[in-house]
Amino acid sequence: MATNEEIKNRKRIQVRRFVPEEFPEKHYLNEEKGLWAWLTTVDHKKIGLMYLASIAFFFFIAGVLALLLRTELLTPARSFMDADVYNQVFTLHGAIMIFFFLVPSVPAVLGNFVLPLQLGAKDVAFPRLNLASFYIYVIGALFTFYAIASGGVDTGWTFYTPYSATTGGNVMAMTFGIFILGFSSILTGINFMVTIHKMRSPGITWSKLPLNLWGLYATSIIQILATPVLAITLLLLTMERLLGIGIFDPAMGGDPVLYQHFFWFYSHPAVYIMIVPGFGIISEVISSFSRKTIFGYWAIALSSLAIAFIGFLVWGHHMFTAGQSSLANMVFSFLTFLVGIPTGIKIFNWLATMYKGSIDMKTPMIYAMVFLFLFTIGGFTGIMLGALSVDIHLHDTYYVVAHFHYVMMGGMVMAFLAGLHYWWPKMFGKMYSEFWARISAALLFVGFNMTFLPQFVMGSQGMPRRYFNYIDQFQPFHQFSTLGAYIMGVAFVLMFGYLLHSLLKGERAKANPWGSRALEWQTTSPAPLHNFEHTPVIVNGPYDYHKPMSEFQLGIANSHNGHHHHEEVSAKRTETEQA
Amino acid sequence: MAGHSATEEKLDHLQHHFIDSDQQFEASKMGMWIFLVTEILFFGGLFVAYIVYRAWYPDLYLLASEQLDTFWGAVNTFVLIGSSLTVAMAIRSAQLNQIKGLIINLWITIGLACVFMVIKYFEYAEKFAKGILPGSYYSYEGVAHEKANIFFSIYYMMTGLHGVHVIIGIGLMLWLVYKAKKKVFHSGYYTPVEITGLYWHLVDIIWIFLFPLLYLID
Repeated sequence: MATNEEIKNRKRIQVRRFVPEEFPEKHYLNEEKGLWAWLTTVDHKKIGLMYLASIAFFFFIAGVLALLLRTELLTPARSFMDADVYNQVFTLHGAIMIFFFLVPSVPAVLGNFVLPLQLGAKDVAFPRLNLASFYIYVIGALFTFYAIASGGVDTGWTFYTPYSATTGGNVMAMTFGIFILGFSSILTGINFMVTIHKMRSPGITWSKLPLNLWGLYATSIIQILATPVLAITLLLLTMERLLGIGIFDPAMGGDPVLYQHFFWFYSHPAVYIMIVPGFGIISEVISSFSRKTIFGYWAIALSSLAIAFIGFLVWGHHMFTAGQSSLANMVFSFLTFLVGIPTGIKIFNWLATMYKGSIDMKTPMIYAMVFLFLFTIGGFTGIMLGALSVDIHLHDTYYVVAHFHYVMMGGMVMAFLAGLHYWWPKMFGKMYSEFWARISAALLFVGFNMTFLPQFVMGSQGMPRRYFNYIDQFQPFHQFSTLGAYIMGVAFVLMFGYLLHSLLKGERAKANPWGSRALEWQTTSPAPLHNFEHTPVIVNGPYDYHKPMSEFQLGIANSHNGHHHHEEVSAKRTETEQA
Repeated sequence: MAGHSATEEKLDHLQHHFIDSDQQFEASKMGMWIFLVTEILFFGGLFVAYIVYRAWYPDLYLLASEQLDTFWGAVNTFVLIGSSLTVAMAIRSAQLNQIKGLIINLWITIGLACVFMVIKYFEYAEKFAKGILPGSYYSYEGVAHEKANIFFSIYYMMTGLHGVHVIIGIGLMLWLVYKAKKKVFHSGYYTPVEITGLYWHLVDIIWIFLFPLLYLID
């Protein structure tokens, strides 16, 4: 608590209201022009958009691969591709979706775009490093393409040894590509953490930090602590193939299970890299569209950190059948159940936020609802897989595949789509067709459940994952699942269509189309090159919907704080306050 | 400071998105500390592999460690600790605006780093000549243990990765010398010197762990 002395010495700043200009003529998208200006930009918003284009591309590729897999599985025997090709296709589907889409999707796209805006900062702490991390991502992607072109990979996305050390194809280029990609992830994490610590606008205390940033903060911690371990693991695997160093090779005295430990020490926390920033988005969207203060601010904020922490202690639950000691199995199983607690806390707080709110069922909110429904199913089935006896039966079956997709696609992708639709007007200054967006969301929901619900059933009846053939009894399930996948494909094509239409011919968006209190909506749409023409001052929490909008649009009144020496803000009303 | 206009001129280094030099300095320093955490976890994987196989083959480690030359390992330890001192002196010089001292101290640090690499080169060459090569190329008969290659795989991975870090450090310090000669650094702005110093201390500390774990266990 501040003493009297401190209060006396506290610097007083003059603030006034800055009402964001509607339909600005100059903004970050048109202030610098040309391809070269884009490729060398250090602006976090443009880097975010370049990431968006890249991950959309990878999502398309991996999505097409998924449709090919589902098409192949229409019949019990060979439909149109060979077993070897099938192995390569499912490996690429998994590896691309995880390393090139899911891991960078929310942090690198939406995080990059929105984090400095939510802090009232002009940019992230290290803008050039931010651009570098994008190019590192591109270089990693080039290695992966090289791997695909020069023989492909058929190990599954987990690259388990000793198979991955001996199989044909170009595992080395693939793992090296992912090794490089890891640095992109680490650099983004460092950037976000420093930015959140050091670049908050006046008045943003830790208790006024938007929950999206708590989510990104927890994600950054995981990226920083887990990704280096993946890097060394893949380096060891590369050396295993290059020099035969034998650390994972039982013939030379090594231990393949050690590889699994290393791999999951990264890859289990990595699934939280994928989902925790999604939690942040859902908090923003639910509060905005319920017009209500978030319920249990600290519970949601700290449960993100708790998930990040517990996430480091559960990796062994991937190896219940790999020959761990039964004591280790029991400990890992118990710790796995603990993840359910902070996750449950979040779900209940979101529901409590909606309770008695004035809920506006716009597209982002629909995706948030879809998220709550699907992610809860994904979470509960995860608890079942964490139970030792059940896991022995369900291990390596379609049940795991279905669980994983409910969490990753039903959770993460839906949260990403919620965020994309929520921040789309801020990104491009255009609105999309609400009608088509709803149709697409509905198709996605139906298609998703058709695809993956039957897989729970198949899995519990013993259909193993990654198999090319299956017995006739499973054919109806597989066909139903494939049909669902096609519906999802249609939904995504539709989404691409209306988003493209929005970009080209969409209605111009207002500065704050959702009536949100959050800071990123208190600037123009699209934002100016340096985010705000003033230094924002924050006096209320980001979800204080009971307070008037004027209190959320304050900024330092004199103009010498930023590097802009003149102001171009059309302040309709000037309020002087002491903060 | 020589007056108001001089102070303004010395703000060249301040990037547009920071409010003042302090914020920029603290952000950079924090970023480097977090990066060092990732480095520790990066090496952490190798330390775990070391621990696992030492628990599996305790006698192998004792036998194989005899092949490493403790004397030259110790010399290298002192060389690196010395270089940590000189890099700290370089930072001190920058803080005191003594650019000449900064450049001299950086050159000494670079020199010591090169001495380290040269000694490491002779150590590697001596082992390669004996047939102690990494992984499946291992052909030395002098260690009476059938899994001897595992120890040397870990040895080469750890010291090799550390060596790569030393080379990166040399590159960074050459770049600092270049910048210092162009009069970029002064007592109000020496962030790159400070954070490169932090990096160099980490490289030093990792070696301080590698030396006893690999050389001194016999």
